[in-house]
Amino acid sequence: MQKALVHPAGKPLSWALYAVPLAGVVLAGVAGRLGANPAEKLIHETGEWALRWLWLALAITPLREVFQLPQLLRYRRGLGVAAFVYALLHFLAYAWLDKGWVLDDIVHDIVKRNFILVGVVALVLMTPLALTSFNAAVRALGGARWRLLHKLAYAAAVAVLLHFLWKKSGKNDYAEVVVYALGLAALLGWRFGRFSSQVGR
Amino acid sequence: PSVRSTVPGALAADKLTPYEDVTTYNNFYEFGTDKSDPAELAHTLKTRPWTLRIEGEVDKPVTLGLDDLLKLAPMEERIYRLRCVEGWSMVIPWVGYSLSAILKKVQPTSKAKFVEFHSLADAKQMPGVRSPVLLWPYVEGLRMDEAMHPLTLMAFGLYGEVLPNQNGAPLRLVVPWKYGFKSAKSIVKIRLVEREPVSSWTAAAPREYGFYSNVNPKVDHPRWSQASERRLGEGGFFAPRKPTQMFNGYEAQVGQLYAGMDLKKHY
Repeated sequence: MQKALVHPAGKPLSWALYAVPLAGVVLAGVAGRLGANPAEKLIHETGEWALRWLWLALAITPLREVFQLPQLLRYRRGLGVAAFVYALLHFLAYAWLDKGWVLDDIVHDIVKRNFILVGVVALVLMTPLALTSFNAAVRALGGARWRLLHKLAYAAAVAVLLHFLWKKSGKNDYAEVVVYALGLAALLGWRFGRFSSQVGR
Repeated sequence: PSVRSTVPGALAADKLTPYEDVTTYNNFYEFGTDKSDPAELAHTLKTRPWTLRIEGEVDKPVTLGLDDLLKLAPMEERIYRLRCVEGWSMVIPWVGYSLSAILKKVQPTSKAKFVEFHSLADAKQMPGVRSPVLLWPYVEGLRMDEAMHPLTLMAFGLYGEVLPNQNGAPLRLVVPWKYGFKSAKSIVKIRLVEREPVSSWTAAAPREYGFYSNVNPKVDHPRWSQASERRLGEGGFFAPRKPTQMFNGYEAQVGQLYAGMDLKKHY
């Protein structure tokens, strides 16, 4: 397992993996197999995968400690970038297919609707993280400052969860929201537990 | 066997939405919350025998079997636009007759001001009823004059065939100038009542789903605009969005029902 994680092909393979859901939905759409409302499907799929990649990125630290796999860290930035790219595609799909690129309508939507606003906030919070995801940016910022900046990922996750909750609340459909909320609570709870035990020592 | 309807406004000139889309993309929470759930799961619904109970403020309460209902009035083909509150729309050729034909039979009393529709809620046939997404049974309501309007359809079929289960078999309401959720499916009971009914969606989210729920491009849903809609079945990812029409394009026929009402307040 540890050897596989540090294999030179590991990272390129992980990038290919991140592209699979997008390729799947686009190809199914082109083939006319996305049902009656392909645009809605594309918007939903890109949004939900942004959420999943972000949750996985936040799960790396607990997983590497629990399973004694420090090599997992190699994949954290990739997952974070995947989350950002899917979130950006989600926004662009909405702006294009729902709003026809009409800037007035988009701005109106953002200021009028908390549900849209909090989604945009999540995207904005993830942007500096994606822009500083390169080795040169880590060096330029210095490790400590870089890690501090990237704590924004927690705030982004909370915003993403709220966006998803408000999206689903109108239809009273909370089953998936509960799963992701419990996941995020576990990830944050684990960190809080570790933090307080370190402080206690 | 059905005849083309002569009710004014009953034959929309829009291009029909393909049968495949009409029967695989459905909101019918009794079978699950995904659009694809009803088409996959509704085969467990038993539509015969079926009875419809009509009671409340009427001189002649009655229980009718499906065969009585099928013979109660001549079947008409009607092509209606369907506008979902979620922002998509279809054009569907329904088969049925005006609800008023049924209501006249039972002779409403002078106290009958509203009509309440109850859908079947049987967890054995409908897996979605086990989840608390909504209060079951699904209840919808109309004002008496809305219910008596000739465009208000009791539908038994679509595309010239018997209603598929996922579309609300064996009989459902179709009120073409209101958002789709007002048109209750798989109806087992109609009650004529004095007070405005509380429909299931209004009970679940009163700020989002009002009693009237008339299609209205000027009154937004709290979480999205209602100014335009995506017409399904045309062009894949790029299915065109088109401007939503007041009362879904039936203003000439139904506008007078709401004369003097503030439709922002009575959404």
